[in-house]
Amino acid sequence: MNSVKKHSLQTRTTILTFFVSLFFFIFSINTFAQDVAHGKKLFKGNCAACHKLDKKSVGPALGGVAERRTAEWLRAWVKDNGALRKTGDADANAIFKEFGSSPMPAFPTFSDEDIDAIIAYTSAKPAAPKQAAGAVAVKEDVKNSSWPMYLLLGALGVLLLMVFSLFQQLKGIRGETSYSLGGYLNKIWEAFLANGFLKFLAVIFFLLASAFFGFGALANIGVDTGYQPIQEIAFSHKVHAGDNKIDCQYCHSSAKHSKTSGIPSANVCMNCHKNISEYTGEPFGGHSKEDLTKEIAKIYVATGWDADNFKYKENFVPKPIKWTRVHNLPDFAYYNHSQHVTVAGLKCQKCHGPVEEMHEVYQFSPLTMGWCINCHRETEVDLTKEGYYKKIHEQLAQKYGVEKVTIAQLGGMECGKCHY
Amino acid sequence: MKHLNQIVVALVILTSLIACNDKRTRKVQYMPDMYVAVPYEANSVNPVFADGMTDRQPVAGTIARGALTPAYQFEDTNAGYELAKSTLESPLETSEENLENGKKMYAIYCAVCHGKKGGGQGILVKREKFLGVPNYKDRTLTDGSIYHVIMFGKGAMGSHASQLSDKERWQVVQYVQQLKINK
Repeated sequence: MNSVKKHSLQTRTTILTFFVSLFFFIFSINTFAQDVAHGKKLFKGNCAACHKLDKKSVGPALGGVAERRTAEWLRAWVKDNGALRKTGDADANAIFKEFGSSPMPAFPTFSDEDIDAIIAYTSAKPAAPKQAAGAVAVKEDVKNSSWPMYLLLGALGVLLLMVFSLFQQLKGIRGETSYSLGGYLNKIWEAFLANGFLKFLAVIFFLLASAFFGFGALANIGVDTGYQPIQEIAFSHKVHAGDNKIDCQYCHSSAKHSKTSGIPSANVCMNCHKNISEYTGEPFGGHSKEDLTKEIAKIYVATGWDADNFKYKENFVPKPIKWTRVHNLPDFAYYNHSQHVTVAGLKCQKCHGPVEEMHEVYQFSPLTMGWCINCHRETEVDLTKEGYYKKIHEQLAQKYGVEKVTIAQLGGMECGKCHY
Repeated sequence: MKHLNQIVVALVILTSLIACNDKRTRKVQYMPDMYVAVPYEANSVNPVFADGMTDRQPVAGTIARGALTPAYQFEDTNAGYELAKSTLESPLETSEENLENGKKMYAIYCAVCHGKKGGGQGILVKREKFLGVPNYKDRTLTDGSIYHVIMFGKGAMGSHASQLSDKERWQVVQYVQQLKINK
């Protein structure tokens, strides 16, 4: 009896201990999770500008930093790394030198708990990356726009043959001589030769048709609307200017002062792509995410950027990226971007179309003279602006007796403005 | 039957003519020697220079016409940064015109990361392309330090010197200082 009681008491204690410890375990997991979440927020807000978890950036990779340094050392470093370095700490000075002696800002406002939370975040295992599901599905819709056309043509041909054979059968029933297809056509030809008026009509028709197609073809000489060359890098304007809303002039920075809008030099690409080395958005144009990450790596090849060590290779000769020009005016026409972008304040899309929706850029406007002139005829000059043109604008408005002056009235249709 | 053959041939020629309308190649040019420039055009390939590019960098030490300040003499080091921070001053007077253009340039070149108000919440930060961009108000900035950072970049930020003229840089400096004061 006694032993049984003892036993049950023991069991009870064990169960109690179990539940208590379970409670504390769950609680600690919970606080740990809270710590990680808090740390993540702090990390993204304060550290992520220079540190990544899995690779070198401006500063060292911080994933699992707790295994390399003690918590005390980390607290001291984060709060004021300059002071720590001054104490002659060997580790602190070594890491400072390794990263080009550029000091990390001090964070004296962080409490020990904050720093511990950040350490907890850097030690937490990152969630396994999701499988790239979209990668395969995209390859489908590359070029399937022309097949319905062929299908339709084929169906039409079959229909014609059916009608023809029907007529043949009808003739067979009536007892008339039936011809083969060739014989039938010969018969029509002979009838045609015998009829003078029909010949006259045919000649007129032929002349009109050839004039229509001939002039149409001539008017298209040198007009490259829709021209969409394959570029060396699968650069998407939609991703950059559309999704990420980077201003056109961020990259085409010479448009504001110069004749040419300028193809950005690779240092401009590197302003962002030092930091962004992987493509994480939606795949496009039949490329997988891995492909697009390789496209980004092409800039590194061109500039000699060593992404693993986060610095440029020494004594590297840059290899320029050979972009293919899409918009090209003939040399006998002068065009100046700054006049249109800075002075007139036109949006780039006015001539280049919805570039922010193009994964692959194509020529949107015809860039013909008629197209230029039309815009010059229609566009009114903003006469309210003070400055150099104000006086002449007033005089012109008086001369033409109108309130509004178009570009054409300002001389935007004089031959010598663009051809000289 | 011989006519049928001719018709088929004519159809084949017609279809191939239509099929030649390829978006990857340019159309035929009439008198290409009037279309294509004889001198090397901007951004074009150039056999004269070793790097194969027509675009050149300004010769070291030269000053662009209309530049406000002489060639930048501070070094891209911590010491250079500190020196610029404490000694370099803006040659521009604070004016409506300067602030207005500064705002325009800021919107193009800075706001994607630093945010419209300088709070460090630009669209690239919101989309997590860049993280931890500081609020201007949390940092001690001088005209010189802002200019220096535009010239050489800092941390994950790269140099924006090639995209802005020196006057525009000083206008951006002026605008950033205004953002820092404004609530």
